[in-house]
Amino acid sequence: MFWDHEVETLPRPGLEKLQLERLQETVRRVAARVPFYQQRFAQLGLKPDDIQSLADVRRLPFTTTGDLRTTYPHGLLAVEPGQAVRLHTSSGTTGKPKALFFSRRDVETAADQMARSLVMTGLTPNDVFQNMMGYGLFTGGLVMHYGAERVGCLVIPAGPGTSERQLMLMQDFGTTAVHILPSYALYFAGFLEQKGLDPRRDLKLRKAYVGAEPHTEETRQRIEQALGCDVYNSYGLTEMNGPGVAFECEHKAGLHLWEDNYLMEIINPATAEPTRNGEVGELVLTSLRREAMPLLRYRTRDLTSLIPELCACGRTHRRLNRIAGRSDDMLIVRGVNIFPQQIERVLMAVPQVGRNYVIQIEGLDNLTVKAELSAGAFDGKVEHVAALEQQLTEKLRAEIWVRPKVELVPAGALPVAEGKAKRVIDKRVL
Amino acid sequence: MSMNLLAVFVENKPGQTARVTRILAENGVNICWVTIASSGHFGVMKFLVDKQEQAVASLRAEGLMVSLPEVLAVEVENKPGSLRGVAELLEQHSINLDNCSGFVANNRAILVVETQALAEARAVLEQQGFQLLSQEQMQRL
Repeated sequence: MFWDHEVETLPRPGLEKLQLERLQETVRRVAARVPFYQQRFAQLGLKPDDIQSLADVRRLPFTTTGDLRTTYPHGLLAVEPGQAVRLHTSSGTTGKPKALFFSRRDVETAADQMARSLVMTGLTPNDVFQNMMGYGLFTGGLVMHYGAERVGCLVIPAGPGTSERQLMLMQDFGTTAVHILPSYALYFAGFLEQKGLDPRRDLKLRKAYVGAEPHTEETRQRIEQALGCDVYNSYGLTEMNGPGVAFECEHKAGLHLWEDNYLMEIINPATAEPTRNGEVGELVLTSLRREAMPLLRYRTRDLTSLIPELCACGRTHRRLNRIAGRSDDMLIVRGVNIFPQQIERVLMAVPQVGRNYVIQIEGLDNLTVKAELSAGAFDGKVEHVAALEQQLTEKLRAEIWVRPKVELVPAGALPVAEGKAKRVIDKRVL
Repeated sequence: MSMNLLAVFVENKPGQTARVTRILAENGVNICWVTIASSGHFGVMKFLVDKQEQAVASLRAEGLMVSLPEVLAVEVENKPGSLRGVAELLEQHSINLDNCSGFVANNRAILVVETQALAEARAVLEQQGFQLLSQEQMQRL
């Protein structure tokens, strides 16, 4: 199903022409209005008219997270402050957050691309959409809300409430689709199980949209099994409007990035050189339609790769592979680079492992992986639990080249976050 | 003639035994026999209780992980050499014991035996005339 068939299937030459027009418009806009970019352009001796082709994007300066912090709060605004209609922030674990402004048109664009994304998975106006993401400064709540509303669904702005209340809403209003954090989806499945409820029988769920936390294919399959519905991966970042920047279609084979709204590059994070087709690198996005706060070549720090082939769905917007990790999530343990997703992939592929885990590093690079034992896996025998720990240690060592200490714990023993799950606890004093 | 224990998987940290036994007590469940084994950061408590179904439901409702492993409860004579008799019999059949405990109640000696080769052990013991107690018989000791 299509929301905007014409744009979604625009032949590549037409799409690239549209991208170039919008890129030029964006560059002219920031050159005229944003002192931060004016300075950068002056340093590079760059004029807006120098951008004559899409390849010329590489002449533009990068924008980094650090730039957003140093220009906080208003430094990157490209409209008069009075023309911005909404503020979102992206949480920083340290110091000031990043402030992102939306003009009225930006709110529209974000809602529209969100609607496109949802309809692409088969969502219809008959669906009842329960949005379990945090409303407020986080974009996952409001931006998704506007998109689902635009599709014509009944939208329940549940926010991240208690599981009891989520369940009540689902049952009373016949929820068919949810927007949920992957870590919470797994927790919620456990909650249903404990209540003796089978989602296939007792709920009307058809679709779950998961995002805001990087997660693996193994986790998706777990959630699909546990909730008995289709699960679609949603990619977005506050700096680029929030959710709906790239989304899976019904084929669940990579995320279509909306190329009429974003110009993508994938680069080697160390050298800033473009990767070749198919190689993993850092995703760099230039917003093509943002009015209040356009960003040029924003370094997302998300690692992914491009799927060059066109998708069977007929959309011409190219697909990204599932985010392999965020470059600043990378852990260095005993000199080895490790991404938390590697650990998750191993854990979630083992059925005896439950739904929650944490990675702890302390002392002199001691890596401990704590994972919950799945409900069916406990047979009352101490030695079986110990043997499973041993088996997981070996599997992890083969994947990450460091031998972790594996501790299996009872379901519910690990903390559950209200917002994004905190999977890594690094207690090293560096 | 099957005999199942109530096993609870817990973290090995202060307060866990109190937590589990508080739930049992509040639900009027009497404990006839208990053993607690720990291995590093986790532990497994095993109970023989009078109201097993109720115990399972109330522990699960509190979010605890519970299972009902099958064991053999062998009655032996309360005299020297009884345990040896069972052990040697199992040895002759190369049956390995995993966890084992024993007690005497009302002058009756009971061995609680866990083994991977449960069916085989049961057959061998019954053939030699040992009495294997059922859950109900255990609860009435």
